[in-house]
Amino acid sequence: METGGFKRRPVLPFGIGALDKRLGDKGLRLDALHEVAGTTPDMGDDCAATLFMAGIAARAWGPVLWVVRRHDLFAPGLSQVGLDHKRLIYAEAVDDAEALAIMEEGLRHRGLGAVIGEVKRVAMPATRRLQLAAEGGRTIALLMKRHSREGVDPLGAPSAAVTRWRVASAPSTPLPVEGIGRPRWRLSVARQRGGDSFELEVEACDATGRCDLPAKLGNRPAAAGRATRAA
Amino acid sequence: MAAEHAKGCSVPRGGGWRPGARWARDKRQAHIDALPEHQRPPIRDLGRCDVAADHAFKRIKTDAWGHPQLPPGTGGGTASAPGGGGGAAPKVSLAAIPLHHASHGPPPRSGEDLSAPLVTALRTGNRQLVAGACPAAQALGITPGMALAKARAQVAGLDIRPADPEGDRADLERLAIALARRWTPTVAIEGEDTLFLDLSGVTHLHGGEARMTRRLVRMLARLGVTAQVAVADTAGAAWAATHVPAECNFGGWGEGNVLLCPPGEHPALLAQLPTEALRLDAKQIELLHRLGVNQIGQLLAMPRAPLVRRFGASIVLRLDQALGHLAEPLHPVVPPEPLAVTQRFAEPIASPEAIAHWLGELVPRLALALAQAGLGARRVELVADRIDGVPQRIAIGLARPNRDPAHLLRLLLRRIEQVAPGYGIDAMTLHLRRGERLGPEPVTERLDEEAAPDLAALVDTLATRIGERRMWRTRPVESDVPERSAARAPVLDPPERTAATLKTGDVRGLDRQAALHPWHPGWRKPARLLRRPERLDHVMAELPDQPPRRFTWRGQAHKVIRADGPERIFGEWWKRDAERHAVRDYFHVEDDAGHRYWLFRSGDGERPVTGDLSWYLHGVFG
Repeated sequence: METGGFKRRPVLPFGIGALDKRLGDKGLRLDALHEVAGTTPDMGDDCAATLFMAGIAARAWGPVLWVVRRHDLFAPGLSQVGLDHKRLIYAEAVDDAEALAIMEEGLRHRGLGAVIGEVKRVAMPATRRLQLAAEGGRTIALLMKRHSREGVDPLGAPSAAVTRWRVASAPSTPLPVEGIGRPRWRLSVARQRGGDSFELEVEACDATGRCDLPAKLGNRPAAAGRATRAA
Repeated sequence: MAAEHAKGCSVPRGGGWRPGARWARDKRQAHIDALPEHQRPPIRDLGRCDVAADHAFKRIKTDAWGHPQLPPGTGGGTASAPGGGGGAAPKVSLAAIPLHHASHGPPPRSGEDLSAPLVTALRTGNRQLVAGACPAAQALGITPGMALAKARAQVAGLDIRPADPEGDRADLERLAIALARRWTPTVAIEGEDTLFLDLSGVTHLHGGEARMTRRLVRMLARLGVTAQVAVADTAGAAWAATHVPAECNFGGWGEGNVLLCPPGEHPALLAQLPTEALRLDAKQIELLHRLGVNQIGQLLAMPRAPLVRRFGASIVLRLDQALGHLAEPLHPVVPPEPLAVTQRFAEPIASPEAIAHWLGELVPRLALALAQAGLGARRVELVADRIDGVPQRIAIGLARPNRDPAHLLRLLLRRIEQVAPGYGIDAMTLHLRRGERLGPEPVTERLDEEAAPDLAALVDTLATRIGERRMWRTRPVESDVPERSAARAPVLDPPERTAATLKTGDVRGLDRQAALHPWHPGWRKPARLLRRPERLDHVMAELPDQPPRRFTWRGQAHKVIRADGPERIFGEWWKRDAERHAVRDYFHVEDDAGHRYWLFRSGDGERPVTGDLSWYLHGVFG
């Protein structure tokens, strides 16, 4: 169909208005590369970034290829954000170059819903290769950039990724009782194509991989209706 | 007696004798040792008398050929091309069947008596019959075809293993194919235990009939098969000569397990053989015995018309086949041909482009050959012959049988840099190393559904790059210990554990509750699990079940703001003895920076045997 040069691209929205409308594509483009990093080198932020990616992959459509460098992913934890173990295939790479090559194979196969990779240092040409491999398909490429020992910002290097995210864990939603409520993350878009950078605090993925905006309930009178009926 | 007392023996004061007394043992033992093995008394008899008792049951009387009334089909036969050099029918004797099970059956348990008589049992309907018996068991009176309960009663301590007729049949086929490759091109299988070898024109390659049969028997003996071999002009005569008792010595023609019938002498050989040797039904043979016809010679002298009227045409057919009046065609086994396609070059090639070009020519030819054979490749090897005689090899493996030329070519081209052409390559061959049956497959079952993506191509591509071992899936394991709760599984064909379908009326059908998932989705689990739990320092926590207030991990102090727990996990004593009393109390804690960790304390805080109350960090939540 003639569309005047405009091609409709498949997009995966977050389902959060405040987040989607500030993204250039009103969501995450499925046929593109996205970079995710923890805000600090701390392992808590690293795991928040892991679950953020797992939640996106859980909302994508098909099997997921996860290229790992270490054997520390815990499948029961991933299945709690909706990424079922039956959908997930692991491949182990010995170095960054091999991880990127495996990701490229996965992107070119077109039968995967998402390809996730964990790397430390990536040059611009490699990200461009991934971006080109992702274009035209429906496989979302998620690249997790780890902090190196030198303390360089992992998202500082030039990259062809469409969006670059920083994820940090934040104190969880307070509960009226003892215990830990729903976890929260501080998301920030460091760079994106066709949009500005911004920061947002969200509640972490639920069992279907969906994030939420924290409810600001403040001091609402609790269960007023029931109180009147009791009275 | 005084001497016996001096030795301090156990004779009672009055000198009375009692069975099993120590002073009487030596003499009795010598007496027992003198007996043949199968007549030695069982242990249970030894306590009661000092002489070896006769066997409690009389030996079963067998007829002249050792195996009594066997069901038909246990015989062997022989083939011959009339006018040809002759036929040989090695008969794999029944003694081979226990040997087969000794090599393929379950390994002997420790402490098992390996010298116990071995029999194999087969269930037919409601009865369990002895299918085969080793020579020791046959010496004790156990014959194939008798009821297993009877054999058990007859001999105590019998080693009984299940018979495997299909495995025996497969072994016989393998043997036939091996013989067809190395000895003679025409090998046919007859019945359950007989092979016909057409020797026309091949005996001189093996040094004559006598030498060939001797070598055949020796070769089979090395494989653990006891064989009877007979060579005769016709298949029927050879079959007959292999299925007679060993005592028969046919006028000096037979020697050991081998019988060579001179050309044209088979009617004389047949005439002196019993009627059992004629491949007839058990019923017909019984009737012949009742009529007093015990030898084929008697049968030959009889008029034929009444024979056909009484026994049917089969008896005359068998007679004519054995005598050579009627041709008996053989159905030879066909050894499978290995699949390969070759391309030779007039000029040696050395450039990767040329190799890639010729691979592009070879792979479609291999795919065509695979399609004609109905096979899919699982493993393909390219052998490039270099002019200096050093073959260059590339092997590719496929996760599922596949004969798509484009896919095969892509996998081969990826490895092309492994070929070192040297001075040049003058031939390239694609060998199919492993193939599996590949028929037509449905593309998608419904038109309105999208077909599930086929991951086999991706798995092949990645396996050629990183190896199959570095790709995996996880599979839930029923274990509460976190590091054991997920196990690796192969990438393709995730095993679906479907619950067994219950019969109607089974009480378990009343339980409508779904089975509990082993991962307990309701309890929060960390995103990453440390390979080994890391020990925490400076932990401040109240006993017995309070979460820590502060802890130090990797040199950094954390102050706990909120916590959940404990989740108590007991050691799996059935896996490791060290876990018999071990207890871990897991806590989910959140520190002041908002990071969430999974900690545990070893020990329940009350009993020291459960752990030393040290704290560990095991995982990190997102």
